[in-house]
Amino acid sequence: MALILTEEQKMLKDSATELLTVKSPVIKMRELRDSKFIPFDPKLWEEMVDMGWTALTVPESYNGLDFGFVGLGQILEETGRNLSKSPLISSILLGGSALRLSDNETLKTKLFPGVMEGINQLAFAIQEGKHHQTKSFTTKAILEKGNYIINGSKTIVIDGATATHLIVVCMVDDKISLFLVDAKTKGITISKTILMDSGTYADIAFKNVKVSAQNRLNIKLDGRLLLDQLMAIAYTGISAELLGICKQAFDVTVQYLKERQQFGVIIGTYQALQHRAAILFSEIELCKSIVLKALQAIDINDSKTLKYAHLAKAKLGKTSKLVTSEAIQLHGGIGVTDDADIGFYLKRARVAQQLFGDYNYHLHQLAKIKGY
Amino acid sequence: METKISISLSDFRTETRAWLEANCPESMRQPVKDPFDVYWGGRNSKFKSNDQKLWFERMLEKRWVVPYWETKYGGGGLTSEENNILVQEMTRLGCRKPLYSFGISMLGPALLNFASEDQKLYYLPQIVEGKIWWCQGYSEPNAGSDLASLKTKAIDKGDHYEITGSKVWTSYADKSDWIFCLVRTDFKATKHNGISFILIDMASKGVSTRPIKLISGKSPFCETFFDGVKVPKENLIGNLNEGWTIAKYLLTHERQMIGGIGETDIKKEVHSVALENLPLNNYGIISDGVLRNKIADFEMDEEIFDLTIQRVTDEAKTGNNSGALSSFFKFYGTELNIARYELLMAIGGSEALFWGKNEKSDGDLARKFCRSKGNSIEGGTSEIQLNIISKLILGLPTK
Repeated sequence: MALILTEEQKMLKDSATELLTVKSPVIKMRELRDSKFIPFDPKLWEEMVDMGWTALTVPESYNGLDFGFVGLGQILEETGRNLSKSPLISSILLGGSALRLSDNETLKTKLFPGVMEGINQLAFAIQEGKHHQTKSFTTKAILEKGNYIINGSKTIVIDGATATHLIVVCMVDDKISLFLVDAKTKGITISKTILMDSGTYADIAFKNVKVSAQNRLNIKLDGRLLLDQLMAIAYTGISAELLGICKQAFDVTVQYLKERQQFGVIIGTYQALQHRAAILFSEIELCKSIVLKALQAIDINDSKTLKYAHLAKAKLGKTSKLVTSEAIQLHGGIGVTDDADIGFYLKRARVAQQLFGDYNYHLHQLAKIKGY
Repeated sequence: METKISISLSDFRTETRAWLEANCPESMRQPVKDPFDVYWGGRNSKFKSNDQKLWFERMLEKRWVVPYWETKYGGGGLTSEENNILVQEMTRLGCRKPLYSFGISMLGPALLNFASEDQKLYYLPQIVEGKIWWCQGYSEPNAGSDLASLKTKAIDKGDHYEITGSKVWTSYADKSDWIFCLVRTDFKATKHNGISFILIDMASKGVSTRPIKLISGKSPFCETFFDGVKVPKENLIGNLNEGWTIAKYLLTHERQMIGGIGETDIKKEVHSVALENLPLNNYGIISDGVLRNKIADFEMDEEIFDLTIQRVTDEAKTGNNSGALSSFFKFYGTELNIARYELLMAIGGSEALFWGKNEKSDGDLARKFCRSKGNSIEGGTSEIQLNIISKLILGLPTK
């Protein structure tokens, strides 16, 4: 498969650029923050639904568009460029994909329509400690008279405070299972957290939460397999957003180098700064390739999908830290003021690179896959 | 119609594979260890083995020495799809190239783009037949990165030019028959505008060479001196004083080669070398965590760099091509190669330091490590590539 976008994918990307630069530029994100951290603008979410973005990765058999993850990736990249806030990551990339991978047809038929309409908002609860990992979890689900009883706690649940439903990763005996839980179920305690990206996250405690056995996402399917496939999608999708962040932070910085004057000259004429910009350019060129490759791998069900996803998140984790830090430095004093938007890119990049594992985690996984 | 084409391409693949299997001698399918494992051609050509001779002659007869040039120039007239298949099949079988030649990789493309029809018909078939060993005369002792400041002068003497000056870093000049050279033909014009591209017979009176030994202990490089050398005017390629255009074209081409595009050698993965040479913990994982991280980071970049070559090649097929990107490839590819040798040295420990053959090692790694230090200098230093990226791609201003 050629490592380029198809015409249709390009058109989708252009339409995303068009909508987001007009309706959701960085200033909107600042306004939301300054209005006591409103998680997202519901009107923008409606428009995203109208554009069909919530149906892109839903199979046709559930009335979705089945356009593929390369398409969703282009949109996430543009949300990264504009720092547009919406439940796209929580409800579509994570929740929607969990449903897509599930073999619980009844649950899929029931949930997908509301997810595509944007009315059902899913949040994905996996992390328990300070760091992402997928090996084993302390949250447990125990079968009792046809229901599962969930006990445990989750942290950093993206949009966990606003979601209608939660998808919770649990251990059933010593095996992984995923459950769909109504967020209002008795025994669930949700506490809102604000992170440095001004985003809303949640710590969620489950105390004897009763869930119907029919809400289990993996019936015959191995829960480990489902989780691994879902994680490949998560790593890649967040990497696509990070790519947009890198590109925009870089473009804005290069523009600044062309305008800012010191000592009577434009600072972009200094070779020391030119070389730093050229190195960032080179690193971003690599990022573009791995994000596209990882997205394509998901769509064609490549046997190396998880490896490409680790590669993407490792490279984007590393590069996004470099690019946004350099962006601040190259801006000089203005870069560390709240008045300048560039700081928002640093702050969102810091959160996104940590979500679902940072560079260190993914590099370690890559070495393990290769057997060293 | 489309099915017909794809059927004929698949036939071509089958036939190609069968022909290569029948005609490429077993010894010509072994990895190249020394540059002279491959035939170089030239007036004083010598084959290293009978198989080498056989392989070259068979490929010449099949017109596959330069399969993608037009038949009138001695090529095989293959389409790019057919040529890709041939390259893939040769790589699959591990076939060596039948001929190494700067004539094929460097001069040929310049002639095809800039020479007159007569010149093409004269020089290109000779390149294919391996009759002439070509070398390249670009850099000068005082014009390295600032190539355009070159001073070797060609003075118009009516029917010929008289050339005086010197070139440096001319690979294999001591073995070459002819040299393609950048010379100054207008002394008043700005530095980029007074340069011409000319072909010189190394057997001409007044040409001499001296090998340059590198820190690796060996080197194909030479200095080449011209002392009033007479060169016929018809040896000029392209227009007088427009040689810089050809030079730029070839530099882009050269950067892509050094940066790794078009390279078919399969390199051993660094982590495999590490697993064979480093202590492992109880889980079979490299005990030295710091070195393990560095290897993983390097392999991450190496794999993604290869994907980037693929992406940009695919983009170029859709007509989306930026020549300046060759500077990015040259910069990144050579820095990766240098990083690779740094890691191999660390993995090899004290045995990596051997200088020459002994019971434990062929003593090649330390030399290759030394040689890699030249990668970020030759073909334009990394710093020059970063200058080009910042000016031509990013549009950053000059003072």
